[in-house]
Amino acid sequence: MKLPQFEYAAPPTLEEAIALLAGSAGEARPIAGGQSLMPMLAFRVASPALLVDLRRIPNLANISISEAGTRLGAKVRWCDIDAHPQLRVAHPLLAAAVACVGHYQIRNKGTVGGSLAHADPAAELPAIAVTCDAQIVVAGSSGSRTIEAAHFFVGPMMTALAPDELIVELRLPPWPARRRWAFEEYARQRGAFALAGIALYYDELDGQAHDTHIGVLGASLRLHRIGEAEAVLNGRIVDARAIGAAVEAAMAAVDPVDELDVSADYRRALVGTLLARGLKASLSRSSNESD
Amino acid sequence: MRITFSVNGQRTEIEVESRLTLADCLRHRLGLTGTHVGCEHGVCGACTVIVDGKAVRACLLLAVQVDGAEVRTVEGLAEGEALGPLQRAFRKHHALQCGFCTPGMLMTAHALLQDEPDADEARIREVIAGNLCRCTGYLGIVRAVSEAREAYRKRDGEAPR
Amino acid sequence: MKRAAAYVGRPVERLEDLRLLAGRGQYVDDLAPAGLLHAAILRSSVAHGRIRSMDTRAARAVPGVYAVITAADLGEHVPRIPLRMEGNAALSRFVQPVLAQVKVRYVGEPLALVVASTAAIAEDAVGEIQVDIDALPAVTEHTVSASGEVLLFEEHETNHAMALTGARGDVDAAIASADYVRRERFRIQRVAAMPMETRGLLAEWDAQRERMKLSGAMKVPFSTRALLARLLELPEEAVEVVECDVGGGFGVRGEFYPEDFLIPYASRLLNRPVKWIEDRREHLLATNHARGVECELEIACRRDGTIVGLRGEAWSDSGAYIRPNAVTAPRNIAQMVAGPYRIANMRMKVSMLLTNKTPVASYRGPGRFETDFCRERLIDLAAQDLGIDRVELRRRNLLTDADMPYPLPTVLPYGSSGETDSGDYRVTFDRCLEEFGWAEKARLAGKLVNGVYHGLGIGCYIEGGATGPRENARLLFEPDGSIAVYVGSSAIGQGLETICAQIAADALGVPMERISGVYHGSTGVVREGLGSWGSRATVMGGSAIIDAAANLKKAIVEKAAEQFGCTPAEVALSEDMRTVSAGARTRTLTELCPEGVAAEGTFNNSKRTYSYGTHAAHVTVDPETGDLRVLEYVAVEDVGRIINPMTLHNQTLGAIVQGLGSSILENVVYDDEGQLLSGSLASYLMPSAEDFPNVKTIALELFPSPTNPLGAKGAGEGGIIPVGGVIANAVASALATLTVQPFELPLTPPRIWSLVRHARATAEKQAGA
Repeated sequence: MKLPQFEYAAPPTLEEAIALLAGSAGEARPIAGGQSLMPMLAFRVASPALLVDLRRIPNLANISISEAGTRLGAKVRWCDIDAHPQLRVAHPLLAAAVACVGHYQIRNKGTVGGSLAHADPAAELPAIAVTCDAQIVVAGSSGSRTIEAAHFFVGPMMTALAPDELIVELRLPPWPARRRWAFEEYARQRGAFALAGIALYYDELDGQAHDTHIGVLGASLRLHRIGEAEAVLNGRIVDARAIGAAVEAAMAAVDPVDELDVSADYRRALVGTLLARGLKASLSRSSNESD
Repeated sequence: MRITFSVNGQRTEIEVESRLTLADCLRHRLGLTGTHVGCEHGVCGACTVIVDGKAVRACLLLAVQVDGAEVRTVEGLAEGEALGPLQRAFRKHHALQCGFCTPGMLMTAHALLQDEPDADEARIREVIAGNLCRCTGYLGIVRAVSEAREAYRKRDGEAPR
Repeated sequence: MKRAAAYVGRPVERLEDLRLLAGRGQYVDDLAPAGLLHAAILRSSVAHGRIRSMDTRAARAVPGVYAVITAADLGEHVPRIPLRMEGNAALSRFVQPVLAQVKVRYVGEPLALVVASTAAIAEDAVGEIQVDIDALPAVTEHTVSASGEVLLFEEHETNHAMALTGARGDVDAAIASADYVRRERFRIQRVAAMPMETRGLLAEWDAQRERMKLSGAMKVPFSTRALLARLLELPEEAVEVVECDVGGGFGVRGEFYPEDFLIPYASRLLNRPVKWIEDRREHLLATNHARGVECELEIACRRDGTIVGLRGEAWSDSGAYIRPNAVTAPRNIAQMVAGPYRIANMRMKVSMLLTNKTPVASYRGPGRFETDFCRERLIDLAAQDLGIDRVELRRRNLLTDADMPYPLPTVLPYGSSGETDSGDYRVTFDRCLEEFGWAEKARLAGKLVNGVYHGLGIGCYIEGGATGPRENARLLFEPDGSIAVYVGSSAIGQGLETICAQIAADALGVPMERISGVYHGSTGVVREGLGSWGSRATVMGGSAIIDAAANLKKAIVEKAAEQFGCTPAEVALSEDMRTVSAGARTRTLTELCPEGVAAEGTFNNSKRTYSYGTHAAHVTVDPETGDLRVLEYVAVEDVGRIINPMTLHNQTLGAIVQGLGSSILENVVYDDEGQLLSGSLASYLMPSAEDFPNVKTIALELFPSPTNPLGAKGAGEGGIIPVGGVIANAVASALATLTVQPFELPLTPPRIWSLVRHARATAEKQAGA
């Protein structure tokens, strides 16, 4: 599994990186942490002519929390998120999801931008981005643009990035302190791909759920919010009946792949189970309360 | 490409092909065969080394990516001719059989204990879950790392390198 | 050994650890002689087909490529790899050519060898080889294989390689007259042994002396040497096989594979050292798989729970070729289904069926894991049906001291039989129940607590070890007073050097520090060595060392007698092995033998040893997700004689964790076109440090084996054998109220969930009916 041949560059600025990508007719790939790209090169399922290493580019690894929300630079690593003192409170759903990403060594290298660009429907961060209606800021030779998460992920392992575009930042909307949320993932082992996962939040008004967001990972080829289940909960008290109805709606809405050793029926049922457990957990959880 | 980096405190300058991984560079260009290659796709952890203070999978790094960095391998763990405290603990608790995963285990544990000398058993197991061992069933390894914590707790501000 | 042992039985820290911990191990990929070239292999990506053409011109043109070798280059008769164990004509029909010639029969089958200046270039060149294969339908199920609709070897007109039958007593009569009979069908999945080091070889041809040196072989290095010499048409003395440090074996490393011929062949062709290191993706395809067995088994009992018979048939999905040791697991399935129980009548027929998949051969506890799973499940079912406590039913049927030696079934066509050597299997059984706290935990079985069901499982086993026919050792007393130990056994990470040093030190009565080194495995070490497999190294190698120690003392005494001019009976050798004396005359050994003295030893043995034990598990099952957690696992074994309790304990623990992996996580999955779906470590899941944190093992030595001077029994595989049955029984126990009965491994979350759903649907239908 030696790597195929490629040229390598580690440009010092974002502009130069973009220029290199633009000048290679789609044959170049950017590399950040490499935790997803390197195995693809080792299996020779990717064979770029040029690898553009982003490691020298400054100002891409900032984490900022403000009234505008949480912003993560593309080169923020999972270990940086772990180490940030306020993130767990500022965005508990993000923190809970990121806690499930990969092993110790992977967490020291893997990046926000890398995960988003890889767009694995079984990965945590893309699902969080979609669930939270995040925005992804990208830069290319025609300038900067902001893409809504729902439009950024166009299919499994496929994004709306043009060949000369790089992710610069992930922007998550502000997170009110009293928001109710849950993240429930089931994987057979830590670091293994999730068999399925649910990310959810809602705001409570007069005991009723509002602005419900429910996202799913690992159980669909497409990353999407489960609008049907959200609609069931909005304007309702989140009690056992509401949970049951939301679970029914979610199970009907997801379309998992049927695999030889993991059936679609199993994944669908798992989505329902995780949603039920997540909603139940959310009843006693918000930023102000302990987990 | 010409790169310069330090390995176990020693400055090293070398000419490498872009596609050479750090694991292969250490093993075959620098003769530091203590770091092992078990899968080449970032799962088994046998190739774990420490780069700029952080445990990483050397099979998922290109040698050119460590230009200017500080790399530590298992060969740098010993204290001269004598085994370091973590290595001694491994021996005492029979934390190895075939020895193939061992360098990766040692470097992961070393990185962990440097940052978290009070890591409890659950945390130790969580972290070494990223290193596969087929021989031991992990109990000896966990016991060894637990025992080694004492040596890593700062005494007079000093901790093992 | 007459005096009290100073080292045998003590947890001596391992000698091997000093270099392994410092990163100074020498595994084959650490070797880099001058002028080294690197090999890579083109492997078939089609499971079954006829090779129309192969175009290697582009590959040859890649700069840095030295050779591209295909079957066409090997001459008219492409060498085939013969059986190593108990050969017969039926199986020999289906042995593997070193390179595919006319047909390809599994994804991963070697098609061509490329040698280049670097491994990366060799791999680049492999990608440039054009192969045109006319695909044929792939046979992926043993039922399809048996039908013969699609043949792997048209010339033999069958895919049925061979059938073996083990039998004892008259099981048909026993079943016909039994009070109770139950029959079930079981499936045990294909798995991979997955040592952390993949295979690798370094071949160094010396054209001047016409000698071949091969490093990276192990387990049976002398057998490898003999076969390689024959295939290369060299005298055996011209071939040296060197054993380096090895990253685990578990049965799959060391048997002769195509590369064991191809790499030396290339080295001789190019007159350069050639190294090949298997990568993990290759390893998943090219190194032997294991298990993959379906079994229909019937148990027959008297009303009081006495088991009177076991009758069954098993089908082994053997893969595309019959490998050198492929017969081991099927033979054990035929012979060992009764395990540690007193079952007078049995018959088990095993069919080996070819499929278009990687060849299957032995892995730790071969055939025994499979039979234990089937039998222990049936015992629990019988207990339930008969209304007898499953612990009690087992205790009534376990072999005791009074039964020893107990004859094992005879397996035909080989005629091999044997008998258990010593032991009382109820002792480990009762001790396990006690250590586990079975009585206290029993009330939890089947209970739903905080959303998960609790279950308990128990299972018993015997492990056959110390396979003969013999092993050899040599001790060399050096002029400086140190002693070097040479043994034909092979090191695979089991602490062989330390064990041998302990045994040698005790046999000679010297401190371990005087053992200067233990040299093992390589063909230059002893005249003939039989290697490490079937848990034989401690008993066979260790006993050979004891023989050599006795011979060494005898040789020293005889030399002294010569020099003193007296009879050997008049010579006394000092206890510390430093001086000899006869009457008033004394000489140091250094003066006596200024060039040192050596002695050889051999241990001949045709009687296997049987270590045995009982395991128990406490699990929880989440019925909604299918999640299975092992809360506690306790194993008690009796190994006859414990040489090093520390290495034994960790061997057993490691084996148990492998067994848990087999039961819950691991699965080699093929699609119906013979494509391997579990093609990386991301999809072939293996136990990690977090999965099974609470495993305890205890070793006893209450019943030494009468078969060898150590009284020891082979003990490296016992830990894995009962695990599948124990875990499956625990899951059944947990889900008893849902009447879930697992008959298939692995017990993955989707499988458990599916069993629960099916059981619930059945219950609903019955309730509605």
